[in-house]
Amino acid sequence: MIYDTAVIGAGVTGAAVAWQLGRYDISTIVIDKAADCGFGVSKANSGIIHGGFHHSTTSLKAKLEVEGNLMIDAMQHALGFPYVRTGILVAAFSEEEMQTVEKLYKRGLGNGLKGLELCSRERMLELEPKLQDNVVGGFYAPNGGTIEPYRYVFALMENAMLNGVEFRANTKIVSGVFKDGIWQLSCEDGSVIEAKYVVNAAGLFADEVSKACGAEEFTIRPRKGEEYLLDRSSDARPDKVIFPVPSKNSKGVLVIPTPGGTTMIGPTADMIDDKEDVSTTGEHFDKILAMTRNMVKGVERRDVINAFSGLRPAIEGDDFYIAPSEKVPNFIQAAGIQSPGLTASPAVGVYIKDLLKKCGLILTEKSDIIYENPPHPEVRSLSDDEISELAKKDPAYTRIICRCEQITEAEIIDAVKCGHTTVDGVKFHTRAGMGRCQGGFCSAKILEIISRESGIPMQELTKRGANSRIISGQLGSIEVKL
Amino acid sequence: MIKELVCISCPQGCRLTVEYTDDASNASVSGNRCPRGKSYAISELTDPRRIVTAVIPTGDPARPVLPVRTDKPFPKAKIAELLNTIYKMRVEPPFSCGDILLENALGTGINIISAENRN
Amino acid sequence: MKEFFCDAVVIGAGAAGLCAASVLAKNNCKTIVIDREDQPGGILKQCIHNGFGLRYFKEELTGPEYACRVAAMAIQSGAELMLGTTAVEAKRNSDGSCSFKVFSRDNGVARVTAKAVMFTTGCRERTRGNIITPGTRPAGVFTAGAAQKLLNVAGYLPGKRAVIVGSGDIGLIMARRLKWCGIDVAAVVEIMNHPSGLTRNIVQCLDDFGIPLYLGHSVTNIYGKDRVEGVDVTKLVDGKPDASTTFHIDCDTLLFSVGLVPEVELAKQLGVKVNPATGGAFVDDDYETTSPMVFAAGNGLHVHDLVDFVSEESERAAACLLARLNSAKEEKTTEVSVDKTLKYVVPTLTRPGKKVNFFFRPLIVANKAVLECHADGVLLKKRMIPFVRPAEMLEFELDVPENCSNLNFALTGGELL
Repeated sequence: MIYDTAVIGAGVTGAAVAWQLGRYDISTIVIDKAADCGFGVSKANSGIIHGGFHHSTTSLKAKLEVEGNLMIDAMQHALGFPYVRTGILVAAFSEEEMQTVEKLYKRGLGNGLKGLELCSRERMLELEPKLQDNVVGGFYAPNGGTIEPYRYVFALMENAMLNGVEFRANTKIVSGVFKDGIWQLSCEDGSVIEAKYVVNAAGLFADEVSKACGAEEFTIRPRKGEEYLLDRSSDARPDKVIFPVPSKNSKGVLVIPTPGGTTMIGPTADMIDDKEDVSTTGEHFDKILAMTRNMVKGVERRDVINAFSGLRPAIEGDDFYIAPSEKVPNFIQAAGIQSPGLTASPAVGVYIKDLLKKCGLILTEKSDIIYENPPHPEVRSLSDDEISELAKKDPAYTRIICRCEQITEAEIIDAVKCGHTTVDGVKFHTRAGMGRCQGGFCSAKILEIISRESGIPMQELTKRGANSRIISGQLGSIEVKL
Repeated sequence: MIKELVCISCPQGCRLTVEYTDDASNASVSGNRCPRGKSYAISELTDPRRIVTAVIPTGDPARPVLPVRTDKPFPKAKIAELLNTIYKMRVEPPFSCGDILLENALGTGINIISAENRN
Repeated sequence: MKEFFCDAVVIGAGAAGLCAASVLAKNNCKTIVIDREDQPGGILKQCIHNGFGLRYFKEELTGPEYACRVAAMAIQSGAELMLGTTAVEAKRNSDGSCSFKVFSRDNGVARVTAKAVMFTTGCRERTRGNIITPGTRPAGVFTAGAAQKLLNVAGYLPGKRAVIVGSGDIGLIMARRLKWCGIDVAAVVEIMNHPSGLTRNIVQCLDDFGIPLYLGHSVTNIYGKDRVEGVDVTKLVDGKPDASTTFHIDCDTLLFSVGLVPEVELAKQLGVKVNPATGGAFVDDDYETTSPMVFAAGNGLHVHDLVDFVSEESERAAACLLARLNSAKEEKTTEVSVDKTLKYVVPTLTRPGKKVNFFFRPLIVANKAVLECHADGVLLKKRMIPFVRPAEMLEFELDVPENCSNLNFALTGGELL
């Protein structure tokens, strides 16, 4: 089969493109080398819906950020993902920092943002009592918020797939040639995917995909950010996202009230070379701890339940690189989409859809577009009556598997039915294993449920695909020698 | 000869001093807070044994394995062979604590018994 | 919504909950025990090794055998076991009773209301995340207890060659279990200069198999993209890793046995105050928490080294609960504290004229030490204790003297950690 469009990369950018293309009478395939969508850059980031004041008005980045921010609420309603418009506070702790704050404020106004507020010390403490008392002032952007990035990508892909988009995981593109008006994408497993148009949304690997397809040569360099997760009982959890005054290179280390109820502190920002290096270090933690403590009360080492790091796909220059290739036909580059790529993503999806149209892809809107995803009940946020109703039909709705996050068997089954068959995939879809015990109590049960519902033998189940198997075999499969 | 041992008979973990000439079975033991210390020390130097515990597959998907143990301390040197034998066994419920699942394991006179009740 | 009413609700059907319930129900106290698992016994069910019950049953048992016995006791006493049921929310009613919202296998969403509450919630393991171990985040990293459950309850092997971080008892027990399942154990790495687990477990779980124990060392890096491929181990000098001493161990599995934390989250919803030294509730000499008619015992109160002590403690606590059902709270004015040689004391509040069993966790290592009790600054009683280790809990029985407003305990002799 020859697809109209092949999107390489099922991160937030690829998923947003797929979500848009699903509405048209064309065939689309999304390909990703990982075991599930959103498993690259998108799963490990701060989950911020930015306010649109960090970047200059003239950049594509700022334009798409502002547009994307405005689309999120309606999308949440239709697609159903955890997102809270908490508002963002940028906190200044010196008069010098206050000057930068004023610049941000003006830039925000210039970007057309509504409701921005330049704040005195008293106003800052009124808006967020968790701030340290020595805050000098700051500004408030009520339009910012926090989102569960993996669930957001899952929701985009789910909607795309409901509208007929195909998704092929565990598939790595090694080369592409444009022949007789058709792109032939060769996969590592030897198969070939044919499509008329290609979107390169390969994140950290967009440079390699571009090169492998004979398109532009550029370099994506990973810029690593470490984040630490605090237990939901942490006193540090603010109501709003707390930003420091940004430096030249980074928006700084934040204190983030995640939609799931935990608190995240981070990220750091370090240029590195290895695109797969998502390790964490002790030194960075000490730095993050010190920096966030200076801003917010109650940040304690003992509340840390997990650490992770993510990689930003940084590209030369300051802007996103979203444009048709000038070297090869019918090939859209969507590279260097680092922060605020998550916020911008809805607008990026629309923008790339329009670029494809400009390149000649005929887009006729379907008459039967499915705008809304089916519900995925989260028992923890339902009323007793609603839970009772669900439990009458299926007792799995009152069988709690993950005790820390109160996730039921029904929710885990739902995640598996949605196609998430890795432990991380189920975790990202349900939050099972994300709490204070980090799966200590429930991981064996979760494995059994995934195996039972997916038909994948226990020994084949993985944490996140490839060789990340969790179990080495059945008892008795190794001879005992003492 | 003098040997220092830690008694494993109970969680107190008495530090034992064992003195003997050639035959450890006549050794004098000190540091023990109860008679088990002495018998442990002598057994440890003449014929070391351990209680062996393990699980056996049951074929019941809800409770796929059954905990079992030896009914007496088992010769240390034969534990690997015992375990490899146990892991090849398949047992079907019901079980009660103490039910013999393997009699006279490896000819030692020691039995493998169920350590749980199951219907 | 189904409603259940009782005199006492016990949260958790492990050893503590089952022993408490059998004392309560035997004394005509209508008792409901709530547990999320389908079988009673709690963590004992996965502790298939022997070493349990020598003190309480005067017989050496495995964990499941101990669980069977205490479950039978609870059932025979007439306590109602509500299994497959998770308590998700607790609140105080205006009449002083407490209600728990539960999610239940058999009853959907239900409410259990009781005049008194016994929290026997046990503890959870600290994780890699809690101790902030650097490195990659591959598959093959487990807490020791999670691996224990996988092996002993589900019958699956977690890997082929393991390194164990921390020398707590579960980690040591798992070292032997892994060896007995054909899995190689390359090392046990402990940051302290002494083992965290019982000495007999060092002997029978490590020495029996020649497994090296690196004391005063830390795992300073984890390698492997998909699955664990190895770790770096570094010697600590003055508490800090000395990079020049780092060596690498190849392994595909990493088990963390780095401490236990009492589960108090539900109790906190009833206003129970938590003692930072134990991680469990503050209790008085009746095991009553700072929230009236709310009691706590077992590992959910403070982490014990033996289940036998857990059983005894929960029985004492249940007897106190029974007494309190028929009497007003007595005034307690004697504060109990410890000096720097002891990590904590339970209970922290008592009254003159009461006979109390105090429990401590030492912070010193000594082959011989003296536990001293001072009443209002005057030495009241002392006892010699051989082999003092943080791994081994201390017990001290005392009649609280008249007019005593403060009791302070301390160890003398030995080496402070």
